[in-house]
Amino acid sequence: MNNIAGNKPALVWITHLSVAFMVILWILPTLGLFVSSFRNADQIASSGWWRALFPTEQTLTLRTGDPDTQVQQGDLYVIEGNIFADAGEGAPEALTAWGTSSRAVSAYAPGDVAELNDGERLTIEADGAYRMESPQQMEGTRGQRVFVTGSVPPSLTFDNYRRVLFSGSTTDGMQKAFFNTLTVTIPATVIPILVAAFAAYALAWMDFKGRALLIALIVALLVVPLQLALIPLLKLHLNIGIGKGYMGVWLAHTGFGLPMAIYLLRNYIAGLPRDIIENARVDGATEFQIFTRIILPLSFPALASFAIFQFLWTWNDLLVAKVFLIDASGRTTVMTAQIVELMGTRGGDWEILATAAFVSIAVPLFVFFFMQKYLVRGLLAGSVK
Amino acid sequence: MAPALQGLLTIVIGIGACLAYFFGSNLLLDTLFPPRGPKAGRNTNIANLIRPWLFLFPALFALGLYLMYPVVETMRLSLTSRIPGGGYEWTGLDNYTQMFREPKFWEAMRNNLLWLLVVPGMATIFGLLAAQLTDRIRWGSIAKSIIFMPMAISFVGAAVIWKLVYDARPAGQDQIGILNALVVWFGGEPETWLTIPFWNNFFLMVVLIWIQSGFAMVILSAALRGIPEETVEAAIIDGANPMQIFFKIKVPQIRSTIMVVWTTITVIVLKIFDIVFAMTNGQWGTQVLANYMYDKLFVARDWGIGSASAIVIMILVLPILVWNVRNARREMS
Repeated sequence: MNNIAGNKPALVWITHLSVAFMVILWILPTLGLFVSSFRNADQIASSGWWRALFPTEQTLTLRTGDPDTQVQQGDLYVIEGNIFADAGEGAPEALTAWGTSSRAVSAYAPGDVAELNDGERLTIEADGAYRMESPQQMEGTRGQRVFVTGSVPPSLTFDNYRRVLFSGSTTDGMQKAFFNTLTVTIPATVIPILVAAFAAYALAWMDFKGRALLIALIVALLVVPLQLALIPLLKLHLNIGIGKGYMGVWLAHTGFGLPMAIYLLRNYIAGLPRDIIENARVDGATEFQIFTRIILPLSFPALASFAIFQFLWTWNDLLVAKVFLIDASGRTTVMTAQIVELMGTRGGDWEILATAAFVSIAVPLFVFFFMQKYLVRGLLAGSVK
Repeated sequence: MAPALQGLLTIVIGIGACLAYFFGSNLLLDTLFPPRGPKAGRNTNIANLIRPWLFLFPALFALGLYLMYPVVETMRLSLTSRIPGGGYEWTGLDNYTQMFREPKFWEAMRNNLLWLLVVPGMATIFGLLAAQLTDRIRWGSIAKSIIFMPMAISFVGAAVIWKLVYDARPAGQDQIGILNALVVWFGGEPETWLTIPFWNNFFLMVVLIWIQSGFAMVILSAALRGIPEETVEAAIIDGANPMQIFFKIKVPQIRSTIMVVWTTITVIVLKIFDIVFAMTNGQWGTQVLANYMYDKLFVARDWGIGSASAIVIMILVLPILVWNVRNARREMS
């Protein structure tokens, strides 16, 4: 359809531009968080993430050397050095202005001489070299406070990831939550598949009374809000002694995932060629053999589709984990719950929040990009009919 | 025991038990009614009557326990109240009347209605637009991947992403949220978007539209490709312009798919919880039903009203449930 009509150059350009606009609109929010996760707290707080790749103007608060580093030169007491000596990483290479009062942080240009109290004089060059001189001996324990404005080259850091992944800190660390999430996800993805596959086969290829009714029931259960299940099942789990824990969350995810699993797999299995199954039956294969030797291997694409869905859904879930898994001790917290916690306790600390969020997003994104084919196929099998 | 090991063990036991059950029950059936010997025919018939239920039993048991029993039980709970000191008593519709008197409930109803009006429609429109446009350009598949990507991101992750977009600093400071940066760049004043009454709901909706448009796009794109080319060619020969082709030829042919997309997103909207919970927790007039229910259950610990609000969500979903079932039955017959 692309080679016919409507391909006037202007229209083609409009198409390209609108798609480009949409793509930018869709990727910008995620990109912002991604870039922020590689910046330190000062950088995030002082400039937008879109400036991360360009030099930024920053004002730092630094100090000259301590008075006990002063030397006597003639009648003057002098402290010399480089103001950036202790600034550490992220210091400007050159300063454009400086000042000695917080009310006028850029009062002086490089090379200017500032008159301080008691006849002290301070001058700072563009490269940060300073000289402070005084007619009498300087006193005190700390050096003169100086505000330095300069352009800071862009710098990105892995520190946030180091802190979130490896520090073992109980509030910021995501290590434990990461493994908890994995512990929830894998059984909750694997267990429903087998149960659903058997049921799907029965619904697709076996004749029995009430089959149509059961399929209708599965379709109905597809949309039952899981909010309804929260209290009764929590009560049930508490009564039969499972309580809050992994077993409960695995069972809950299995139950909630089954309608989708059966529906997807039945649609797929029902579409397999009739000949294969009938021939096998004529050859004397039992239904169990047909299922394990023919149906299961042939249904691999559908099984993969459902596995991806269930994986994404359980990995990203917050509500089921909060209700069935996480107890008061918080030892079994999952990443989504911990991120919500972080939003409450450290709402302004974007470097931790962004990094924690990205750690939790990274795995689904990886799965998404490498298995998009199966995901799309599953979506189509699930809805276009 | 380490949870990881426990998880592994559960997988092994779970799958082992499943296989053992299916294998064992089928074996038992074949031993009791062997498809050989003098009564082979009769035995086969009996076995064929029983076997489907052997295959179905675990799934039906799980569905019954985890989805059907809770519907009934929630309905029952919504008609009872906790007696101080333990136990429950039958209170009829008291929970509902009490809930209907709460302004927060009506706020949640109003907001859910707003979500319903805006999100499924917008996501479907964006999805349709993206599907139609990306199908016509060479780098369309990359564009599709990017628009589809938010599907993989959790609602909580999306909440963090968009909180950064909406971040506000006092006027005069450098804005770090891109929305306020744009507003300031155009000469406006920075706003704390999530606290503006009424309109903040729409800023939350944007997050779900952003996530769901990709889903709509993927499905509608497949439907658009399934349109017979002759219909489009005939329209071109008749001199239709691209707009007419799209709205008068293509859209009517994929109407049923559009409905499927719209209803699927509608169900998601009715259950929307994580985004509101993580971004505002229902403050500043952004309450929705699912979050209202969560508050009732786990903050106020009022299981009666909590169940009643769950039933309200169920009633709102019901028309779509019926519609889906009718569609499915029509396809099968």
